[in-house]
Amino acid sequence: MKKFIIKTVINNRKYELSVSPNQTLLDLLREELGLTGTKRGCEVGECGACTVLINGEAVNSCLVLAPQIDGKEVLTVEGLAEDGELHPLQKSFMKHDAVHCGYCTPGMIMSAKQLVEENPQPTEEEIRTAISGNLCRCTGYVQIVDAISEVQK
Amino acid sequence: MEKMIPHESGIAHVTGEAVYIDDILVNEQLLVGRVIYSPHAHARIISFDLSDAKKVKGVHAVLCHKDIPGHNQMGPVIKDEPVLAENEITFVGQAMFLIAAETEDQCREAEKLISVEYEPLDAILDIETAIAKNNLLGPPRKMERGDAEAALKSAKHIILGELRTGAQEHWYLETQACLSIPGEGNEINVFSSTQHPSETQTLVAEVLGINRNEVVVEVRRMGGGFGGKETQGNHVACWSALLCNATKRPVKIKLFRDDDMIMTGKRHRYLTKYEVGFNDDGNIDALKLEFNSDGGAATDLSFAIMERTMLHADNSYYIPNMSVTALVWKTNLPSNTAFRGFGGPQGMAAMETVIDRVARYLHKDPTEIRLKNFYGTETRNVTHYGQKVENNRLNLIYDKLIESSEYEKRRKEVDEFNSKNEFYKKGLALTPVKFGISFTTTFLNQAGALVNVYTDGTILVNHGGTEMGQGLNTKIQQIAAAEFGVSIEKVKVNATNTSKVPNTSATAASSGSDMNGMAVKNAIDTIKERITKELSTIWSAQYSINPSLQNSILFKDGFIFDSDHPDRRISFADAMLQMNLRQVSLNSTGFYKTPDIGWDKIKGQGKPFFYYSFGMGVSEVLVDVLTGQHTLLRTDIVQDVGDSINPGIDIGQVEGGFIQGVGWCTTEEIKWDAKGNLMTHSPDTYKIPTVQDIPKDFRVQLLEGVPNPIGTIRRSKAVGEPPFMLSLSVWLAIKDAISSVANHEIEPEFSLPATNEVILLAIPKLKPSRFQRP
Ligand code: FES
Ligand code: FES
Repeated sequence: MKKFIIKTVINNRKYELSVSPNQTLLDLLREELGLTGTKRGCEVGECGACTVLINGEAVNSCLVLAPQIDGKEVLTVEGLAEDGELHPLQKSFMKHDAVHCGYCTPGMIMSAKQLVEENPQPTEEEIRTAISGNLCRCTGYVQIVDAISEVQK
Repeated sequence: MEKMIPHESGIAHVTGEAVYIDDILVNEQLLVGRVIYSPHAHARIISFDLSDAKKVKGVHAVLCHKDIPGHNQMGPVIKDEPVLAENEITFVGQAMFLIAAETEDQCREAEKLISVEYEPLDAILDIETAIAKNNLLGPPRKMERGDAEAALKSAKHIILGELRTGAQEHWYLETQACLSIPGEGNEINVFSSTQHPSETQTLVAEVLGINRNEVVVEVRRMGGGFGGKETQGNHVACWSALLCNATKRPVKIKLFRDDDMIMTGKRHRYLTKYEVGFNDDGNIDALKLEFNSDGGAATDLSFAIMERTMLHADNSYYIPNMSVTALVWKTNLPSNTAFRGFGGPQGMAAMETVIDRVARYLHKDPTEIRLKNFYGTETRNVTHYGQKVENNRLNLIYDKLIESSEYEKRRKEVDEFNSKNEFYKKGLALTPVKFGISFTTTFLNQAGALVNVYTDGTILVNHGGTEMGQGLNTKIQQIAAAEFGVSIEKVKVNATNTSKVPNTSATAASSGSDMNGMAVKNAIDTIKERITKELSTIWSAQYSINPSLQNSILFKDGFIFDSDHPDRRISFADAMLQMNLRQVSLNSTGFYKTPDIGWDKIKGQGKPFFYYSFGMGVSEVLVDVLTGQHTLLRTDIVQDVGDSINPGIDIGQVEGGFIQGVGWCTTEEIKWDAKGNLMTHSPDTYKIPTVQDIPKDFRVQLLEGVPNPIGTIRRSKAVGEPPFMLSLSVWLAIKDAISSVANHEIEPEFSLPATNEVILLAIPKLKPSRFQRP
């Protein structure tokens, strides 16, 4: 299959990559770049475990094809902490016991990240809407909503 | 002890560094494993040909049952589950062949080239057909107290009925996964997402025909288990080990979500028949229950699960004359398995239905009937299987919850709302849970640990339990830190590894912290004993007039000191160095077996449980009578966890367990077609709760100031399973709302889950004139 050469920025690092047209962004991140923080939960766009930000917007990376990130910026959970300092969302998730098995956590945090960037003081309703595409089987969501509520951008 | 402690691996989780099976870095030798499964519910395999598949470029192995070097068996208790099918397949999703290739695409290409000739056979796909054909999975069981038959004959009122409760898919976010890496000679290292590493080790050894000391199983963490990886994680491990053994290369199998849903077992669906006798006041005098469960194609844990159903058929109620019969039926579906609650939910759903019906019959509030029939403290306090209900907290919780939830006031408001609204109805229900803690197979109640202290004062704890999100490792870290009197940063909890702690039980039955916590404490006590002995010798030599007594030496705040002479103190780290210089061993194994329990399975009598956990929930729903949709308006829960080791974790377990139960009770519906194909095999069609499905107003409280009076670790109580069953309050609140359509005069047709469809079909039958559809 013909490969595409794409230029992209992932977690503030520039990449020039040769990708297959049918390769998903999730595969590219996990299998080629070793960014395994982004999780594989369903691969059909239903669970949100694979959520990353593309130009600031939360997307399911299992539904994005690798060539589509050409010229765009991707942020994954690994890129959230800056200079070793955890992002407030990361701290808040720990503080509120919002991490149980942790498999949904990276995706949850990335969905929340878009929300708090755009809306620094979201209401509970807005938080629920923002993470309604992220499934969690462990927590019952309350601690996650609390963690996000407490974060000011 | 410090209680507000974050997750032991919290930073790794929030930064994406936490490693699951699929994230383990392996070299380029890694092969992808794929399981080829049966497309028929029941068929004979006439012939198959793997030769073309083996020729595909990049394919390193294509295996069938003949390629298994050891036993072709992976049943956990009864050996009735082949690793790979031989002559017959008995459900859609049964493993037949295995492929290992360099890429997923090569696996798929090879799969297409496998040809099989089948002779389809008749399949049994539901409990009714299994009953009609008398296709039992094993002998029926019975538990009895008093004379239910006679008491029913003399009862003032009798109600008979049937209840169906549905299956449930575990939907752990991380699907079943295993990575096997070959070692020297026969050695194999198995990185498995399993709740039961020792059993995984045993089965891998048996399947490969090697010794257990040649197999190491390691579990860092699971992305959720919920019972789904108690036995069925073994399957994926056996398959990956076989491919690894055949290719002598690392092989990883991670099931695709749809395959996982198709291939693995679920919560057992039940058909329950009941007959209850009671008087005008709603006192229940007699109850006859017959539980029929769908075991699936093999035994797995079906009988242990059914036993727990029988032991929880009373839920929280004293019933003088009770008779419980249980039958496990064999069908052509994947073998059903453990799932949070382990048969308890099905038993309690039946009991709560009985109470609900008695109340409707007598035109009383079900909550009143519940209170009336609760176990007593001095009298009426022995279960139908002979265990005394000690330290009963039902009334304490009830009083607290009635008040904090403003039950009485809201009951009136709901009734008033319903009298004024035709198309929207509200419902309110309170349900209790009394859940027995311990494995009912008594010998399983044991745990082991290995604690190492290093000369810099850091501690490495190994224990036999597995971390699946329930917070076990965090609690273990807290327990170890508290026992040694050091801060939690000094304690690291290792990945669970069968070469460190052997022959363990599954992390299940909510008892992970109870048992492993005690085993860790036992190991620490041994080490502390040696340290205090040595220090008392040292200090007594130094201060010969006032020697240090060994029992006065304590561990606190990073120091070890003589409490009678506080100036004799040494930092924990310095002490460890001293001990090493003086040739004192700083590591120890630990062991624990639950005391004071005993259960005669044959007689159905004894004390199967170390103690009971209690909890109660009140839920209020709003039902749209025209669409069948419901909204969960509010839930209040009071849960008894004894003296909580970590309230953040325990509240999370209560909320998470409850919401998972709400899924089982409402939206999670599993359907198979007429040929035994799972129709709900993807998150598109199978709906677990999202954040939008949780109560609009959700108030969870842990019962405070009630340490567990019996000797559990730090006086805590188990919390994993009990809250699941509080979700029955939601289910019965929906029924209450539906029932109000006919002003509670008619018993609605109702089953579990209460899907839109169930709700919508029930309503016209209650008010035919108004809601009949053409
Ligand atoms: S893995 Fe992408 S949404 Fe589930
Ligand atoms: S923490 Fe386990 S799925 Fe969310």
